[in-house]
Amino acid sequence: MNWQWEIFLQDPGGKQATYWEWMMSAWGWTVSVSLLSLLVALSIGSIVGILRTLPDSPWLVRFGNAWVELFRNIPLLVQIFLWYHVIPALIPPMKDVHGFYLVIFALGFFTSARIAEQVRAGIQTLPKGQRYAGMAMGFTTAQYYRYVLLPMAYRIIIPPLTSESMNIFKNSSVAFAVSISELTMFAMQAQEETSRGVEVYLAVTACYMVSAFAINRIMAYIEKKTRIPGTIVKASGGGGH
Amino acid sequence: MNLDLSFYNWEIVSTFILKGLYFSVLLTIVATLGGVIFGTLLAMMRLSGVKWLDYPATIYVNSMRSIPLVMVILWFYLLVPGSFYSAIPWKLGENYRSEISAVITFVAFEAAYFSEIMRAGIQSISRGQVYAGQAVGMTYGQNMRFVILPQAFRNMLPVLLTQTIILFQDTSLVYAIGAYDLLKGFDAAGKNYGRPIESYLLAAVVYFVICYSLSFAVKQLHKKIAIIR
Repeated sequence: MNWQWEIFLQDPGGKQATYWEWMMSAWGWTVSVSLLSLLVALSIGSIVGILRTLPDSPWLVRFGNAWVELFRNIPLLVQIFLWYHVIPALIPPMKDVHGFYLVIFALGFFTSARIAEQVRAGIQTLPKGQRYAGMAMGFTTAQYYRYVLLPMAYRIIIPPLTSESMNIFKNSSVAFAVSISELTMFAMQAQEETSRGVEVYLAVTACYMVSAFAINRIMAYIEKKTRIPGTIVKASGGGGH
Repeated sequence: MNLDLSFYNWEIVSTFILKGLYFSVLLTIVATLGGVIFGTLLAMMRLSGVKWLDYPATIYVNSMRSIPLVMVILWFYLLVPGSFYSAIPWKLGENYRSEISAVITFVAFEAAYFSEIMRAGIQSISRGQVYAGQAVGMTYGQNMRFVILPQAFRNMLPVLLTQTIILFQDTSLVYAIGAYDLLKGFDAAGKNYGRPIESYLLAAVVYFVICYSLSFAVKQLHKKIAIIR
C-alpha cells in the first residue's frame, strides 16, 4: 500500500489548522481526562480501601464492599451514560457541569473500585503484628494507619497501581461515546473525513502506546524512589522470595 | 423528573432487549472459547523456548494489551476487507457486518489476555511435574496435554471465569461500530419510546445483576477448589 502521511498537514476545516494539531489537542484531552480520573480514583479508592480494613466497624466495611461491587459490576460505558445522561436529569444542579467533568467522575469512580480492592489487599497482606505493634505503642487507629500500615501497604501495591494507571489511559478511550474530543473520537472523525484510516489509526495507536509507556516509566521511577532497602524484594527477574 | 418504567412491556423486551442480550452472550461465549484456544497456543509458543515462536507471540500479546479495546475494535472493522464479509453465506456477512467484525475482534483481543492467564497457570506447575512427564517418556505435546494443561486449567479456572465476566462487560464497547448488543438494545428501546433515562438505568441494573451473580458464583467455586487443593 502507499502511505499518505501528508493528510496530517491538511486542514480539517474546524478550530484546528491541521489534522496534526487536532490530534495533539485530542491527545491533550486524553491525558487530562486520564490524569484527573486517576486523581479521583486514587483518593476515593484509598478511602474506600481503608474503610474495608477498619477493625470493629462492620457497617463501614459493608459500605466499602458495596461500593466496590457496585462500581465493578457495571460496564464502564454504561457508567459513563449514567453520569452523562441520567444523573443530570435526576439531579438538576448537575446539568451545568461540563461533560468533561462527568466523564472524569465516571472513569474515576469506576477505577476507584479496583484501587480500593488493591489498597485493601495491600493492607491485609501486612502481618497482623504490624497493626498490633501500632496499637501497643498507644497509637490511635488513625495514627497507626498513617504511620505504620499505609506507608508499607502503598509500597506493596505500586505494581498493580502501575497497571491500573495504564488501564485508565486505555479506558479513557470510552469517552468517545459522549463526544469528548479525545484520541478515539479524533480517530473516528478523521478516518471518516480523510478515508485514510490506516494512517490515522496508526498515529492514534502510537499516541496511546507512548502515553502508556510514559506512565509506566513514571511509576517505575516512583517505585524505585520509595523502596526501603532490604524490606521489599523485587518480584521481577525470576528471583527468589 | 419522574421515572416511569411502566412503558417497558414484553413486546419491547422481546424485540429490543432479548435480541441484544442474545448477541452479548453469544459474543462472550465465542470469545471465551476462541480466546482460551488461541490464548493457550500463544502461551505455549511463548513457553516453548524457540525464538521464532516466542518473539512473534510476545509482540502480539504485548501490543494487544497496550492498545485500548475500542481502538482494536475500530482497527478490525477497518482492516477486514469487504470481500471477507461477502464470502459469508446467506448474506450474513452483509447484514451483520458489525457483529461478525466484533466476534473476530474479541477472539483476537481476548486471546492475548487469556494467554497471559494461561502462561501464569502453566508456570505455576512445579518443575517436578514436567520432569515426571519426561521421565515416563512423554513427548512435549503429550506432557502438555496429559500432565501440565489439566492442572494449569484447574489452577486458573477462577481467574479465567473472572476474565469472562470482564469480557461480558467489555462487549458493551461494540457500541463503537454499532453492533447490536445488550446495551444497544436498551439504547434503542429508550430512544424509540422517548425514555432514554429509564432505559439506561435499567441497563445498569441488568448488567449489575448478571455480573454480580456471576462473580458471586465464581467466588463460591474458588472456595470449593481451594478446599480440594
